[in-house]
Amino acid sequence: MFKPFTLFVFNLNKSNVFIRAKYATAVLPQFSANKYAVERKKFGTVRPSDIDYFRTILSKERILTDEEDVLPYNIDWIKNCRGQSQVVLRPTTTEEVSQILRYCNNNMLAVCPQGGNTGLVGGSVPVFDEIVLNLSLMNKIISLDEISGALVCEAGCILENLDNYVREHNLIMPLDLGAKGSCHIGGNVSTNAGGLRLLRYGNLHGTVLGIEAVKADGTVIDCLRTLKKDNTGYPLKHIFIGSEGTLGVITKVSIHCPAQPRSVSLGYFGVEKFENVLELYKSAKSSLGEILSAFEMADNESITSTVNNLKLSNPIGDYPMYVLVESHGSDENHDNEKLNRFLTQGMESGLILDGTVTSEPNKMKSIRNIRESIAGSGLIDGYVFKYDVSLPLRNYYDLVEDLRKKLGDRVTRVYGYGHVGDGNIHINVTVPQYSKEINSELEPYIFEQVSKLKGSISAEHGVGFRKPQFIHYSQGDTSLELMRELKRTMDPNGILNPYKVLPDVASYE
Amino acid sequence: MARVLVGVKRVIDYAVKIRVKPDKSGVVTDGVKHSMNPFDEIAVEEAVRMKEKKLASEVIAVSCGPTQAQETLRTALAMGADRAIHVEVAGPEYETLQPLHVAKILAKLSQDEKADIVIVGKQAIDDDSNQTAQMTAAILDWPQGTFASKVEKSDSGLTVTREIDGGLEVIKTKLPAVISADLRLNEPRYATLPNIMKAKKKPMKKVSAKDLGVDLAPRIKILSVEDPPVRQAGSIVPDVDTLVAKLKEGGHV
Ligand SMILES: Cc1cc2nc3c(=O)[nH]c(=O)nc-3n(C[C@H](O)[C@H](O)[C@H](O)COP(=O)(O)OP(=O)(O)OC[C@H]3O[C@@H](n4cnc5c(N)ncnc54)[C@H](O)[C@@H]3O)c2cc1C
Ligand SMILES: Cc1cc2nc3c(=O)[nH]c(=O)nc-3n(C[C@H](O)[C@H](O)[C@H](O)COP(=O)(O)OP(=O)(O)OC[C@H]3O[C@@H](n4cnc5c(N)ncnc54)[C@H](O)[C@@H]3O)c2cc1C
Repeated sequence: MFKPFTLFVFNLNKSNVFIRAKYATAVLPQFSANKYAVERKKFGTVRPSDIDYFRTILSKERILTDEEDVLPYNIDWIKNCRGQSQVVLRPTTTEEVSQILRYCNNNMLAVCPQGGNTGLVGGSVPVFDEIVLNLSLMNKIISLDEISGALVCEAGCILENLDNYVREHNLIMPLDLGAKGSCHIGGNVSTNAGGLRLLRYGNLHGTVLGIEAVKADGTVIDCLRTLKKDNTGYPLKHIFIGSEGTLGVITKVSIHCPAQPRSVSLGYFGVEKFENVLELYKSAKSSLGEILSAFEMADNESITSTVNNLKLSNPIGDYPMYVLVESHGSDENHDNEKLNRFLTQGMESGLILDGTVTSEPNKMKSIRNIRESIAGSGLIDGYVFKYDVSLPLRNYYDLVEDLRKKLGDRVTRVYGYGHVGDGNIHINVTVPQYSKEINSELEPYIFEQVSKLKGSISAEHGVGFRKPQFIHYSQGDTSLELMRELKRTMDPNGILNPYKVLPDVASYE
Repeated sequence: MARVLVGVKRVIDYAVKIRVKPDKSGVVTDGVKHSMNPFDEIAVEEAVRMKEKKLASEVIAVSCGPTQAQETLRTALAMGADRAIHVEVAGPEYETLQPLHVAKILAKLSQDEKADIVIVGKQAIDDDSNQTAQMTAAILDWPQGTFASKVEKSDSGLTVTREIDGGLEVIKTKLPAVISADLRLNEPRYATLPNIMKAKKKPMKKVSAKDLGVDLAPRIKILSVEDPPVRQAGSIVPDVDTLVAKLKEGGHV
């Protein structure tokens, strides 16, 4: 029991929170298939002869079959889902991916594409015995055009490594998120990840210039352009962005990297109530204009639980709401003038009760670390129900308060934090351990509320394994039917990431 | 009540990657983010706490360096220092500014300002000299409590807990005295917005080394600054058994 667990920790990437959190509760999650009563579809099971075939494609050490070795690839980051795969394949080239998929498609073997396995909706781990196709060895940077900012790399490159690399050339990655030390660019594109810089640099539908992907039958689709403009036919790259491994396996990505800002500042403020957070957002937009690059909020419970659970220090005192504002600009004096005006107004009007502001890299790092650690800190409480929704800003925080009332002391904590600038809030509910009863109080309740407010039940984390049955709260019948048609076209046998994204309908089998 | 003088140095921020100049004469500082030396932040914090505990009447921050040193002083003021003295040293003189010069400057200012306690960081993270506190104490002929991890007021002076090899040493000093701050002395605060605003209005005096009668002729010549050897690439082992075997092979366990 213990041995696989130590291995588990060995395999993880460097995110601190991550490792500490994993240590905190050394209990293996239940099998997803049992926990959520899923029925296995009629795929083949992997036989020794299949392994023999994979050995003709991949060297021995790139095929994992020992139970202990495979275990970490079967469990997701929040330790909610656990698959029963017996095989992990680790290709290093597009050609290998293509050969693997062609074989699996011909033999009706289901495949679960996996990146850094930081996804939060159970999409990145198998449900039954799907073969895990892990892209982590496809981690080469192919080219960087310093003039246009176009970076071309393989899908398994870790986001933080890419960011460090392009910074050497005075560029930055257009996205940044708490999982950056582990997540892959291919995973980011597959989930259409948002993150902390979206407000400024836009989402991946804008920044991804091209994609190379492999269809279920092994066909390589080469849309790996580095062009900003390319109106030749249908924009195929977009169907892979956010498709969560159900339409194809992304093998290479070309992405636009903006110039590294010469002046960066970070403010962290205490605010009295949520209405004031919104007022401050309005003020930030008008005073900071084009240099505003992040406007994030976290409620008191988010910060206190993070600071206490992870022994971090809170730069300022205890406040009902916290706001984090980041500015990216090209001229320090110009930015400071704008910031000063914003801060002075904020203090004078009482919207900002207290706060700190800094442009020292080490201090910015510590403050950002608090914000980025919120996502992981809840794991220390035991189990976390995580929701990631878009809501109209007026109603952004209502659901958190509503849930607190509804659940009372039957849960450890309810807290909300997120990207105010994007209308996206993360709602976390922590409990000592997973409880079906609490689960049924949360779902579909939360989705119903979100739907009533015309929000999205999944803002940036995707649908994955956990939400297909709720997708109709955000998508109409005709849209869903078109999605199914697309899936049938791309993957007629349904081998790619089954049980994910689209809910089952009888006609589809 | 005591008057405290704190030395603060502007150094390259520790989260920034250091680059050696191609001619090996030093490291690249142009366009590189700087901040207050972390040990000096601890020194400022300690001085401000002394003031908050009414052990000190006034905290004066001193920085020797180019115009940008004023930003570091503003940070000290925002953390709670009462006033600042900028000893302007710029250009080639700044490049060869050494602990002995700084010690002479601090010693002279301590006398001019009638300071009772001088607190500095135990070392600056750029040159790692660890000399300024000791030299300042020697020049003034004051007692010194270096590597302090705790400073308390006692009847006749201060009780200082020092971090030494393998443990702690507790000493008593009379006042006036020189203290150097070690990492565990305290956790420095973040400057809060109201204090950042207030700091803009606090007095900052500018003087030159010449005004203080300190000769800045270099005493040490830097022959060459070089990158540390590149670390050997690591390798990934498939399992714990191989890891243990490799460690044994290398004689590590
Ligand atoms: C002076 C001038 C300057 C221009 N500058 C630029 C420029 O800087 N950048 C640029 O990208 N283009 C430019 N264009 C071309 C540009 O494509 C069109 O101006 C514009 O985008 C087309 O809009 P429209 O309503 O005129 O569409 P139309 O010309 O009517 O139609 C264009 C195409 O879209 C289809 N279409 C139109 N409406 C719909 C609809 N509602 N649903 C489905 N299909 C529809 C049509 O069938 C047709 O295939 C320019 C054109 C002119 C004349
Ligand atoms: C601490 C933390 C903070 C986070 N913060 C944010 C945030 O701010 N914003 C945000 O949007 N998300 C956030 N996330 C979730 C986010 O979706 C993932 O971190 C990331 O985008 C997924 O990348 P990954 O490489 O880990 O993919 P995985 O988790 O391995 O996979 C995610 C999905 O993509 C598929 N997939 C992965 N790689 C490929 C590929 N090459 N081809 C086809 N399909 C593939 C998988 O099958 C799965 O469905 C956070 C997660 C954590 C743990």
